[in-house]
Amino acid sequence: MSTDRLSSIFSALADPTRRAIVARLASGEASVGELSQPFQMSKPGISKHLKVLERAGLIAKTREAQWRLCRLEAAPLREVADWMEPYRRFWDESFGRLDERLRQMKEEKEKKDV
Amino acid sequence: MSNPASSTLKVTTPSDREILMTRAFDAPRDLVFEAWTKPEHVRHWWGWRSSTMVHCEAEVRPGGSWRYVTREENGVEVPFTGVYQEVTPPERLVHTEIYDVEPFNSGDPAVTTVTFHEEDGRTTVTVTTIYPTKEVRDMVLGSGMEVGAAESYDRLAERLASLV
Repeated sequence: MSTDRLSSIFSALADPTRRAIVARLASGEASVGELSQPFQMSKPGISKHLKVLERAGLIAKTREAQWRLCRLEAAPLREVADWMEPYRRFWDESFGRLDERLRQMKEEKEKKDV
Repeated sequence: MSNPASSTLKVTTPSDREILMTRAFDAPRDLVFEAWTKPEHVRHWWGWRSSTMVHCEAEVRPGGSWRYVTREENGVEVPFTGVYQEVTPPERLVHTEIYDVEPFNSGDPAVTTVTFHEEDGRTTVTVTTIYPTKEVRDMVLGSGMEVGAAESYDRLAERLASLV
């Protein structure tokens, strides 16, 4: 995946409203009207956010009869997750060892307290 | 009803320059704070399983510095260093962070804030790191902390073992 594409995905996700939209779409398709409901935002305001998400490939619009529905595209999210995986793994592994260390520390403390 | 704090590590990017990690530990926070900061404990957990800690020191007070250096299986040393800005045991830490290798150590440091929140004897740790630029943040995220293939093979072996 090109860095530019990653950049556009990251900047699309670097906004709380857009993350909320992505989270909402994770539970199923929705219309622009439905998506604007939880936010105090006009439909054009929401449409702007949707455009950013669409450009990053995170969502797609489908046409069903005269309704325009938005749906989540999973692939870019997957790509970001894969790209971040080594970083996550470094910490996951370190924290797994921290778990072990804490277990030992708890045991030693209990022995002392007895 | 609140969900029990999860031991699963969560990594997210709340803004262009940040990385946010959340992880719960099955221990009270004074213990987690101690394990998190004291070199005698840090040397047991920081780094990859295959890493060897070759240098681990920390002066845990405002203005004090810390330096952790691991040696990886391929012989490469990975040095991280920084200065503590705020130390509030057992709740909160703020410190700078630099990957101490040229050219990465010439720019502004990243700033990390760690908070420890205890509930029902479990402690949720939140680590927020703000990088000087988006490019540095992306490099850190994409680098896998500069460690390569050796670890992947371990993981592959583990995966294969779990399939048998």
